[in-house]
Amino acid sequence: MSERQLQMVKGNEAVAEAAVRAGCRHFFGYPITPQNELPEYMSGRMPEVGGTFLQAESEVAAINMVYGAAGAGVRVMTSSSSPGISLKQEGISYIAGAELPCVIVNMVRGGPGLGSIQPAQSDYFQSTKGGGHGDYRMVVLGPATLQEMVDLTYEAFDIADRYRNPVMILGDGVIGQMMEPVRFPDLMDPDTLPTKEWATKGRRDREELNLINSLYLDPDACWAHNQHLARKYAEMQENEVRYEVVHGDAEYFLVAYGTTARIARRSMTDLRERGYDVGLVRPISLWPFPEKAFRDLADRARGYLAVEMSLGQMVEDVRLSVDSSVPVAFYGTAGGVMPHHADITQQMEDLIRGTGDDR
Amino acid sequence: MKAVFTRPRSLTDGATHYCPGCIHGVAHRMVAQILDEMDLADRTIGVSPVGCAVFAYDYFQCDFQQAAHGRAPAVATGIKRAVPDSFVFTYQGDGDLASIGTAEIVHAASRGEKISVVFINNAIYGMTGGQMAPTTLEGQKTTTSPAGRDLADTGNPIRMTEMLATLPGAAYLARGSCHDIKHLRATQKYLKRAFEVQERGEGFSMVEILANCPTNWGMSPVESLQWMEENLVPYYPLGEFRSPEEVE
Ligand SMILES: Cc1ncc(C[n+]2csc(CCOP(=O)(O)OP(=O)(O)O)c2C)c(N)n1
Ligand code: SF4
Repeated sequence: MSERQLQMVKGNEAVAEAAVRAGCRHFFGYPITPQNELPEYMSGRMPEVGGTFLQAESEVAAINMVYGAAGAGVRVMTSSSSPGISLKQEGISYIAGAELPCVIVNMVRGGPGLGSIQPAQSDYFQSTKGGGHGDYRMVVLGPATLQEMVDLTYEAFDIADRYRNPVMILGDGVIGQMMEPVRFPDLMDPDTLPTKEWATKGRRDREELNLINSLYLDPDACWAHNQHLARKYAEMQENEVRYEVVHGDAEYFLVAYGTTARIARRSMTDLRERGYDVGLVRPISLWPFPEKAFRDLADRARGYLAVEMSLGQMVEDVRLSVDSSVPVAFYGTAGGVMPHHADITQQMEDLIRGTGDDR
Repeated sequence: MKAVFTRPRSLTDGATHYCPGCIHGVAHRMVAQILDEMDLADRTIGVSPVGCAVFAYDYFQCDFQQAAHGRAPAVATGIKRAVPDSFVFTYQGDGDLASIGTAEIVHAASRGEKISVVFINNAIYGMTGGQMAPTTLEGQKTTTSPAGRDLADTGNPIRMTEMLATLPGAAYLARGSCHDIKHLRATQKYLKRAFEVQERGEGFSMVEILANCPTNWGMSPVESLQWMEENLVPYYPLGEFRSPEEVE
């Protein structure tokens, strides 16, 4: 089928089309670089498939439109970049509290504040540790290629529906802007999706009234709600872990996700060519964090080097996942500067030397 | 008894959490009565605010969503866009709509979003214990304007309905009051017109309802009604500010 042929697309447009293929027919967003091609694409594509594109007056409004539409039972998406995602945090907390499925794309740029418009990974804490208030979690997926981003975005809508929970695609300025060949999944007809019995579409001939709500004024009721959420989050931790390990028989491992993993892979190749026994752990689900990848390597790994476009955020999860006797070094660049593969290579050499390997 | 005082089908049985003499309960009843008259409840999704009316979802016999503080018009936009054949109304206080939610109400009106807004203006923050609202009158004492609102320091009370009346997307705008039966009936008429505007797909509609907060005004319910008539009504003129006939 022609639909399944390889196509050269830009990252931001690839996510948008993947969402449409997944049956998403509602998009609410607000312009911000470096993700503008995403809403721009949606503004043309949604009318073609009978969907809704709406440019909201702010990110605050956009995420609350997502709340309303998700509560009314449709597949819905919003996208932004770091400062805009900060504005959405209250809404994300409400969405998680009211248990609404939706997909949120963050094409991360340098921060803090207005920062830069260049790629960064410094929103890792915000996305994986709950940038909004309250105990909530969302599945956060960090693709490293456009094909992976397309596949994860398509899947993200299923994950969101399965758990009635927001899912975030965490990209960055590079992955949003780059072009790569991708194969899109077939276009899904949203009418073929299972109906959401809990959604507020008007009572019609339903027996019960439906309510979308995150308020539990009685602390015991709110505690019970939190316990219910905790069980759901435990299920996600059980089922939604995704990662890739390259050269799992190595002694030393680079750890990187998204765009940085592409650079780290190049360093790994260079290091191996020079005789170093180096592999790569690439977390794909950033929450739930793939602790298992590290547990499985526990009896062979002699050291890790976490590489990020940040001052060191994911590295904390790496440290929590490995025995404290194993060194976990960090190398990062922030504010919109990308790490150079030669610098990563150098850092790894230093780590290996420092732990007593004389080669 | 007059029809105004029977319990509409679109309201649930049982007592509300509102203070004695509070107009929120009266306003709920008026809204429910129009839902009955127009046979809308089974197609309706209400949106409750953050404020004393947060529990509105417990009182109406229709689907509901509870929105973040001030965001009800954005939430309602999402709902209406997802289910275009539904009837969607928000129910918001003056802190919710005229302070933290000004961007959302202005742009929902500007887009001509096909939703209806019931705006309860009691010139104070009720739920949080009587702080000053953007609608608080000059000299009015609140817990954050203990010496009375000083306009030189805090600006003038906002007339939201007049402000929205500058926007072509706002197809129907009216301000009613609940301080006596006569005005209550007029308000009910406004609500019906507002809901009809949405049903005909003519655009955004809102009815501002002047209301009381006997608890935080420190008055008896009867005193509060009199205070409304003498103070709120003169500053906030009543009547229809926009209607589709006028737009044409
Ligand atoms: C983001 C946020 N800020 C503040 C509050 C606290 N808060 C709850 S209700 C309210 C004011 C409500 O006043 P109003 O809208 O006038 O409604 P009323 O209670 O008078 O009916 C405030 C400030 C909140 N819940 N959320
Ligand atoms: S605090 Fe005021 S607005 Fe709230 S229920 Fe009591 S009287 Fe009504």
